[in-house]
Amino acid sequence: MLSHWRKMTTQERRDAKTGYLALSPWMLGFAVFYAFPILATFYFSFTQWTLVEPPVWIGLDNYIRMFTRDPLFVSSLKATTLFVALSLPLKLVLGLILALLLNLKIPGMNLYRTIFFVPAVISGVAVSLMWIWFLQPDTGVVNTLLSYIGVQGPYWFWDRDWALPSVAIMSIWKVGGAAIIYLAGLQNIPAHLYEAAKIDGANQWRRFWRITLPLLTPTLFFQLIIELIDAFKIFTEAFVITKGGPLKATYFFLYYFYEEAFRNFNMGYASALALFLLLVIMSATVFVYRTSGRWVFYEN
Amino acid sequence: MRTDLARPELGLTPAQQRRRSAARRRAKRLIAHAFVYIVMTLLAFIFLLPIFWMVSTSLKLPQEIFAWPPDWIPANPQWGNYEEAFTKYPLARYMFNSAILVVANIVGGLVSVPVIAYGFARFDFPFKHVLFLLMLSTMMVPGHIKLIPLFWLYQRLGLIDTCWPLILPAFFGNPFFIFLMTQYMRTIPRELDDAARIDGAGSWGILIRILIPLCRPALTVVVVFTFVWVWNDFLEPIIFLRDYDSFPISVGLAFFQGRYSVEWNLFMGATLVSILPILIVYFFAQRHLIGGLASIGIKG
Repeated sequence: MLSHWRKMTTQERRDAKTGYLALSPWMLGFAVFYAFPILATFYFSFTQWTLVEPPVWIGLDNYIRMFTRDPLFVSSLKATTLFVALSLPLKLVLGLILALLLNLKIPGMNLYRTIFFVPAVISGVAVSLMWIWFLQPDTGVVNTLLSYIGVQGPYWFWDRDWALPSVAIMSIWKVGGAAIIYLAGLQNIPAHLYEAAKIDGANQWRRFWRITLPLLTPTLFFQLIIELIDAFKIFTEAFVITKGGPLKATYFFLYYFYEEAFRNFNMGYASALALFLLLVIMSATVFVYRTSGRWVFYEN
Repeated sequence: MRTDLARPELGLTPAQQRRRSAARRRAKRLIAHAFVYIVMTLLAFIFLLPIFWMVSTSLKLPQEIFAWPPDWIPANPQWGNYEEAFTKYPLARYMFNSAILVVANIVGGLVSVPVIAYGFARFDFPFKHVLFLLMLSTMMVPGHIKLIPLFWLYQRLGLIDTCWPLILPAFFGNPFFIFLMTQYMRTIPRELDDAARIDGAGSWGILIRILIPLCRPALTVVVVFTFVWVWNDFLEPIIFLRDYDSFPISVGLAFFQGRYSVEWNLFMGATLVSILPILIVYFFAQRHLIGGLASIGIKG
């Protein structure tokens, strides 16, 4: 580093100084808001600590408790995984279908784009409250409509088996956010490819599978990672609507972490939980990243 | 072409044949368009149903709320419900709190992000590439991992139950915005910098007088996204704020549910009011967002 510095010209050195100066707010922020918290969480996860007294080193006890005798850890991990498995594929596929429709060159599509994107900008709290009311078992819209066709609607958020799917359905309502990203990807596909395929006699179906989908894989990949991280972090809905219930059916991992840390003040154990979720999210991301070489297609 | 070969129409001149097939194509397209419109309208109707139901409920009399079968549109819209919601819940206060947080975060972003991006976009220095990758990787770090150490830190600094924990990070640059702004600045020709330098501008003068005015689309993204994120944020305020009077609207809204007997007509009115600022910002900003976001180019 120093030898490198000596080899630089005066102008280069001045540039480098200005560059570092410009970056300094971010570097400071990185130290305080990323490096310190991650390292500290790692340390706290080996302690017993209730905020009142200083942390006490207990070695691997938190992890041993987590993996061997914590039914809540298991059930919250299960609920979260189930939510990810339910909502993620649906969101990715429906988002793509919606984007394909919105990409049609037909007058008035802008209006539809605006409509479908609205749910994606509303806060999780407002959406949750709206959906509590929307899915009321007796007077809610959905069950009323179902009753018109002679179907007795479920108890949605208030039913042990339906609560988690209900939260997943609610999250799919926000599919417009994904659709907008796909739309940007679709509009980046050069039109001449479609024209060439048309001349070669490829029908719409073939054009989709041979041109649209392969060229959209980078967007799909990006979207998959973003949505994956997001789905694991499900929290607000559980907090506002179900309080993790009924019978812990929607007791998601982050909600468990929140209660452990900021209700029970078991900061040490909660740190271990936080670190575990970070590792789960990171390994899922790395896994997707590793497989990407096989299915993500880059033009150049 | 192929359709003509497939269905040779005998007894017609080539010109007549062409006209007929053109008419048939037009009719086919019209039917396809009509089909798309029907599908999109139906979908839009389903998407807007929860919002429609919220609006409808907010205008009902208390005895109409649980009526069965429900009235889709209240016979006698009670506009006074909104006034009552404002007097019954401290809506105005919570929205004011949110507005302060939004403004402070926007100021933080506008001050820090262009400076940091300038360092990445315009200067060369050792480890720049590594630092940029590090910055990008922090985008993937889920926020929950920071909560316990930061809670500890803020408690030591006496900042719990003040708005500082919700404002300070913005002044150190959000990685997504830094990335966006860096990419955007890179599209601005360096010749402009050089010309200003010849005219006697220093490094910071170039940033302030040349680059920042040209980065307006990217700055718009910073402003709008900050608005939406801060307005909707829930997890951090419930952890760092204790006092009911200092809650932002998202938290306030969630707590109405527990603290007041739920009068759903007033409550849905309050929910609607809480999302109005977001909807207004979104409708005005959506046209300007595309240019700012396009520079990311979601390609790897």
